[in-house]
Amino acid sequence: MSASPAVAPDLTSTAWGLLAVVLQCCVLAAVSPILIGVMRQVRYRMEGRIGPGIWQPTRDLLKLARKEPLVAPGVRLQGVMPIAMTGTSLLLVALLPLMSTVTIPLVPDDLFVVVGVLLLGTVAIALLGLDSGTAFGGMGSSRHMTIAALVEPTVLVAVYALSIPVGSSALSAIVDARIAEPVSVVSPVSLLALVALIIVVVAETGRLPVDNPSTHLELTMVHEAMILEASGRDLGWVEFSSWLRLAGLLGLVANLALPWGVAQSMSIGGLAVAIVAIVVKVMLAGAGVAAVEVFLAKVRLFKVPELLAASFVMAFLAVTASYLVV
Amino acid sequence: MTNPLVNPVPRPAERREVSREELAAATRELLDTAYRLALVAMHEDEATGRVVHVFLAPGRAPVELVVRFARDNAWMPTMAGISYAAGRFERVNRDLYGLEPLGHPLPHRIVRHGHWPSGYFPMLRDADPDPVFDADVGQYPFVEVQGDGVYEIPVGPIHAGLIEPGHFRFSVVGETILRMKARLWFMHRGVEKLFEGRTPEAGIELAERISGDTSVGHSLAYAVAVEQALGLDVPSAVHHRRAMLLELERLYNHVADIGMVVNDVGYGVVNTHASRLRETLLRHNASVTGHRLLRGAIGIGTCDLAGQVDVALLREVAAEVSELIAIARGNHVVMDRLTATGVLSLAQAESLGTLGYVARASGMTVDARWDHPLTTMPDGAAYPDLAGPVVETTGDVLARFMVRAREVTASAELVAWHLDHLSGLDETAVAGMSAGMGADANLTAAAADPPSGLGIVEAWRGTLVHRVELAPDGTLSRVRPVDPSFFNWPALPIALKDTIVPDFPLTNKSFNQSYAGNDL
Repeated sequence: MSASPAVAPDLTSTAWGLLAVVLQCCVLAAVSPILIGVMRQVRYRMEGRIGPGIWQPTRDLLKLARKEPLVAPGVRLQGVMPIAMTGTSLLLVALLPLMSTVTIPLVPDDLFVVVGVLLLGTVAIALLGLDSGTAFGGMGSSRHMTIAALVEPTVLVAVYALSIPVGSSALSAIVDARIAEPVSVVSPVSLLALVALIIVVVAETGRLPVDNPSTHLELTMVHEAMILEASGRDLGWVEFSSWLRLAGLLGLVANLALPWGVAQSMSIGGLAVAIVAIVVKVMLAGAGVAAVEVFLAKVRLFKVPELLAASFVMAFLAVTASYLVV
Repeated sequence: MTNPLVNPVPRPAERREVSREELAAATRELLDTAYRLALVAMHEDEATGRVVHVFLAPGRAPVELVVRFARDNAWMPTMAGISYAAGRFERVNRDLYGLEPLGHPLPHRIVRHGHWPSGYFPMLRDADPDPVFDADVGQYPFVEVQGDGVYEIPVGPIHAGLIEPGHFRFSVVGETILRMKARLWFMHRGVEKLFEGRTPEAGIELAERISGDTSVGHSLAYAVAVEQALGLDVPSAVHHRRAMLLELERLYNHVADIGMVVNDVGYGVVNTHASRLRETLLRHNASVTGHRLLRGAIGIGTCDLAGQVDVALLREVAAEVSELIAIARGNHVVMDRLTATGVLSLAQAESLGTLGYVARASGMTVDARWDHPLTTMPDGAAYPDLAGPVVETTGDVLARFMVRAREVTASAELVAWHLDHLSGLDETAVAGMSAGMGADANLTAAAADPPSGLGIVEAWRGTLVHRVELAPDGTLSRVRPVDPSFFNWPALPIALKDTIVPDFPLTNKSFNQSYAGNDL
């Protein structure tokens, strides 16, 4: 077991990659409750309300963390699935090129891996909804899976369209290429793919017009219906994981649209800039989503597939265009 | 046209004695001549039982069909085949008095609470006011819809929002509702029993609390009924002031619900502003009557306001509501959600005997303010917007929404009109023909019957009727309130046919019926 000199650079890059990933996870984890706070506050202010301030979700999370969950008899997954969901969200954030395009060589940040991780989180929350044994949980899970079945392919196709000009399905390579050639951001391929991505991110994270995150009406819920039975710490994990997922996906879209500020190699200065850049970008994206939501109403459930089909068509056009335009 | 300063007087009911055998024929005859069954009240006299059926028709005197029977031979022939409402009233009398409707096609319990001891009929004179509750052993079978992929969603009686208790059982395929059954009746407080033995004045505070959002509607109907029973002459000015309160109640409830309907499709900004306007109206209510829900102003023969009605403020609110409606209607997703959702056809609305904005949204012109007026109403030529009830025709959520939206404007203008009209009125002037009318009516009735009166009022949910009887010592012997919700609730499952589950809350909110007014 002697370390050959040839392996040494790999070890260093692995260590750097690990550091970058851990830092990225920490920053996003810290930012996601504030992001939700900002989004809610933007909405409240635009509606003419005062709002509780941007720290309320953080306070809620800390409160929930101290509370004992109530679990109905016969429910087995309630303690497991929230942790699993948080795990998939952290993994998702780790894989996305949010702060740096430096990666761990052994772990591919490949597009297909990312979509797989996304799906894992979706399955985990659907199982949580089913496990509660109530009609609402099952109803929410069924609706969620219906939406997921339409969302995941669009994510794949949209990012695939972006990967064709680059010649790689690694997300970090795509972002690198965009930094190198910023004009590609406004190419028809890129714009079509970005619009498609935005629609599916909105659907995936349960925002208007697909799902209403602030409703109390059980029968209309999608995401909320699945977590109705979760309480205490479990609810805290579930909420945190979905917020983290939203922060990560918003960060990805923001980096694909505005790739500047992403560190391409490891340096203290570069990372510091990258942290500021991703926080600002995620907050702006979140505030933008919240501001647009004020003007939106929730579409009839049966119209959701139409919306998602439209985004799929756009993603598909982006793929077609990417072959034609190159 | 009569002298505009003279108020129409509540007409005394024409009372007819019928036997149990004649009842069906007499009912059919009335229903065929534009009357509707508005109220059924059971009474316990010394050795006999008495059931009073009140029939109303626009612009005509109410008709009361009175059936008497010996207490030891207490049963009624069912009229469920003639009138759907009659069938429901019979079930109420069965559950509260043990009066058996013979041959009833759907003899399930209706008011009866699961925990009442068996054989317990709370309205009987000798009923234990504080019974020992049993375990809920009674069955409440829901029809199980069979078939591939049919599943049930039980909702309530406790809900996530701040609403009253009701259980809804959906049979669903995918997202489409095949059948919905509402189990209400979780709210029995024994209101009718609580009225007994009170003085008429003490009954006001109880009437105001039958359904919190209908304080004026219930207390006004009650007061009018008592005044008729007492043969009391009420000055026109009092009637006009009461009419203003009724419109103020309509205003704040309509404004709140307009916001909620839009909120249910996720368009929160309209609700935020509707809530603000509702608060403005509630504060105005407090300045007018000293109570945010308009309590304490109406008394027997009186209506005392603590402050001035601010017409400019009301018009401003109405204008802002119109703006909100325009914003909501400008959003195509909101319009898509409201249009053609939860449709109640005119035929369905008529056959169920629906009332209020539910009926008017389906094209029925039913409104007690014009059908059974207590005050003069604006001259249609001079005020074309106030010439009659607001009616829409499509019967969907949008129609119910728009009826209420248009009624907000109309109500603000009606308040202005009443206020204007008041300034020309002598404070003590009594409408000419009413003197002694209530007393006369009672002379024509069977000598044995105690003095009685009917109060018919267009509360914000629809036509609300109270029937009051007085004991010889002047206390209340029987008060029977009937909230429009009693007629409107059965329309909800019918409107839901072929609606999808996520549209139920929206449809339900557009009906917004009272649970407490329904279950006394």
